Amino acid sequence: MTKVREGYVRPLDIKNGRVDLTHGSGGRAMVQLIEELFARHFANEWLAQGNDGALLPPAGGRLVMATDAHVVSPLFFPGGDIGCLSVHGTINDVAVMGATPLWLSASFILEEGFPLADLDRIVASMARASKEAGVPIVTGDTKVVEAGKADGVFITTTGVGMVPEDLTLSGDRARPGDVVLLSGSIGDHGMAIMATRENLGFAAPIVSDTAALHGLIAAMLATDAEIRCLRDPTRGGLATTINEIARQSGVGVMLDEAAIPVNGEVAAACEFLGLDPLYVANEGKLVAIVAAADADTVLAAMRAHPQGSRAALIGEVVADDHHFVQMTTGLGGRRIVDWLTGDQLPRIC
Amino acid sequence: MKYVDEFRDGKLAQGLAAAIAREARPERHYAFMEFCGGHTHAISRYGVTDLLPANVRMVHGPGCPVCVLPIGRIDMAIELALRHQAIVCSYGDCLRVPASDGLSLMKARSRGGDIRMVYSAADALKTAQDNPARQVAFFAIGFETTTPPTAVVVKQAAALGLKNFSVLCCHVLTPPAMHHILATRQPSDIAIDGFVGPAHVSTVIGSRPYEVFASDYRKPVVIAGFEPLDVMQAILMLLKQVNDGRAEIENEFTRAVTRDGNPKAQAIVAEVLELRDEFEWRGLGVMKKSALALRREYAEFDAERRFPLAYSVVPDNKACECGAILRGVKRPQDCAIFGTVCTPENPMGSCMVSSEGACAAHYTYGRYKQ
Repeated sequence: MTKVREGYVRPLDIKNGRVDLTHGSGGRAMVQLIEELFARHFANEWLAQGNDGALLPPAGGRLVMATDAHVVSPLFFPGGDIGCLSVHGTINDVAVMGATPLWLSASFILEEGFPLADLDRIVASMARASKEAGVPIVTGDTKVVEAGKADGVFITTTGVGMVPEDLTLSGDRARPGDVVLLSGSIGDHGMAIMATRENLGFAAPIVSDTAALHGLIAAMLATDAEIRCLRDPTRGGLATTINEIARQSGVGVMLDEAAIPVNGEVAAACEFLGLDPLYVANEGKLVAIVAAADADTVLAAMRAHPQGSRAALIGEVVADDHHFVQMTTGLGGRRIVDWLTGDQLPRIC
Repeated sequence: MKYVDEFRDGKLAQGLAAAIAREARPERHYAFMEFCGGHTHAISRYGVTDLLPANVRMVHGPGCPVCVLPIGRIDMAIELALRHQAIVCSYGDCLRVPASDGLSLMKARSRGGDIRMVYSAADALKTAQDNPARQVAFFAIGFETTTPPTAVVVKQAAALGLKNFSVLCCHVLTPPAMHHILATRQPSDIAIDGFVGPAHVSTVIGSRPYEVFASDYRKPVVIAGFEPLDVMQAILMLLKQVNDGRAEIENEFTRAVTRDGNPKAQAIVAEVLELRDEFEWRGLGVMKKSALALRREYAEFDAERRFPLAYSVVPDNKACECGAILRGVKRPQDCAIFGTVCTPENPMGSCMVSSEGACAAHYTYGRYKQ
C-alpha cells in the first residue's frame, strides 16, 4: 500500500525558509506561497474567488485610481515597515482626491533568498493596515527575481476609490487669498529612515508617521467647507508639494516658518545630517488649500481628529507671476522655498 | 532644539538689526566678505540680508570646498571609478559637479562607476574594510575642517595594514585664499572693508593665522559661528571696527574657537599631510603653498601614487563667471547664464552645485529679489 497521502503538501517553512525561484514559477510552490502566506493574511471574499482578477460590485460614482511602488530601505523601521507603508501610501493617494478608498491590489517583486519569516511579517503588517483602514487587498501578483537583481522585496499597490459627484479637489484650484493648512509635524518618516540607516542611535528613536489619512480627510470634507486641494507631502517633502500646487495653480505661496511644526528630535537629526525638514518625506501628513473664510472650520475639524491634533495654518496663497514659494523665516527675513534639487534621500518609500 | 534655537531667535535678530542700523553711518557704504560657504548658506537660508540696511552689503567669498575644486580634480576621481574600477567614496556635495566630457560623478555612476556617497572619512575606511577584494579611494575635499578626519583615516588604514584604501587628497587652506583675494584686488573691484571669518575652520586652526590680515592689510576679521545671529553679531562688530578705524581679529565664536585652535588636530594633520608646492583652485588659479598632499611616509595611501593618474588643467565654460564670483568681484546675478542656462538641475559651474555655493544659495533662496 502506498504511503503517499492524497493531496498532501508539506507546509511552507515560514520560520526558516527562504524565497526561491520556484515561488515565482507559476507551479505548485507558487500556489502554496500564495495560499499559505498571502491569502492567509489577506483573506477576503474577492481573493477567495481564486480568479486572475477580482470581480467587484458597482461603486456608484466616479472612480479614482492611483498606484505607488515601494522600494524603501531598510524594510523595517521605527513606526512601520514596507508592508503597512505600501497600504498607507496608496490609500492616501486615493483619499487626497476626495475619494473613499474601496479596494487595493498588491504586486510583489521578491528576491531569491529573501527570508519567508520577513515576508510573513511584511504581509501580516499589510493585512493589519488594510483591515484597520477598511480597504481590502482584492487581487495581487508575485514575481521572484534572481539573488542580486532586487533588494529583498519591492511592493507595488494600486488603489481604487469612489468620489462624490459634486466634489473636485485639484492642484490647479488654489487662488490668491486661500490659506495653507498642514495636518501635523513634518519630516518624521524621512528622518526615521535616515536615522535607522545611519545608525544615529538617538535615545528616543524617531518614529515614522506612516498612516492612512482617509479618516481625517472624511472629517474635513464633512464640514462642507470650500477645500480646493489636498496633497500628501511624501517624497520631496512639504516644500516640493507646495511648489507643485503653486505651479499647477499659477500662484505664489507665502509660508510662515514659525508656524510649521517640526518635532525636536527630527529637527536635531536634520541639523546633524545637514538636511532641511521642509524637504524630508512624510507618510501620514496632508496639506490642504482652503478658502480663507473656511480656514477656522476646517482647522477645527482637523484638530478634533487624532491625526490632525497638531494641525496648523502655515501660510497663504498669493498672486505671483513667477509662482515662487516664499517663506518668512523665524529670524524675520524672507527666502524662497525652492523645488528639491537632486535626491538627498534615495529609497525613502 | 536646545543650543540651536537660541541662535536663530527672531526677537534677538530684530534687536541686532536695530543695533546694526544705528551703527551703519548713512553717508557711506560697507562691504564685508563672508569667507565661508557656510555663512553664505546661513545668510540666504535665514534671510539675513533682509535685516541689514541697504548700505551694508555682504560679498560672498571662496570658502565653499566644492566650488574651488577645479574640473581636473573631479576628472581624476571619475577616472579612478571608470578606468581603474575603484570604489570612489565622495561627500554628497561633489556628486553633481560638472566635469569633462559632460560627466559628473553622478553621471559616471550611471555609466557603471561604483561611486558611493559617504558622510565621513570613517565611512570610506569602513567601505575599504568591507570590500577587501576591491580598491577603495576616498575623494578627500575641504578646508581645514575636514582635513583632520582624512589624516585620521590614513593613520588608521596604515595601522590596519589595509592594502586597498587610498585617498585622492584635494584639501585646501583658508589663509592663502584670503591673501589671494586681498592681493589681487583691482581698484575697479568693490572694496572689502572686512571679513566674517570662518567658523569651523577656525575651531581647528584658531584665530592666530588671521592676524596677518589685520597687521599687513589693515582689514578687520571677526570669526563667527554659522548660525544667523552669529553672522549678525559679527557684522555689528565689523561695523564698529570700521567706524572706529580699527583693524583687529575679533572672535564672536568664543564658544568653539580659541586663539590656538585644536593642537591635537593640527598635530595629526602635520604628521600625515604636507604642503603642496602649488595647487590649482577654481576661480583663483594656481596658488603656491595652498593645499595639502600625503607625506611620503604615507605614499601607499595616496591615490595619485597608487594609480596612474595625471592632473590636467581644464578651462571652465567660457560664459561661466564662477571665477569672478569666487573672488567676490561679481555677484551671481551678474553672470549671463545665471538661472537660465545654469540652474541647480543643470549646473554649468560649481557655484551652482553645492548648497554653500554663492549661485546655488542665491538661486535657491534669494532669486525673488530680481
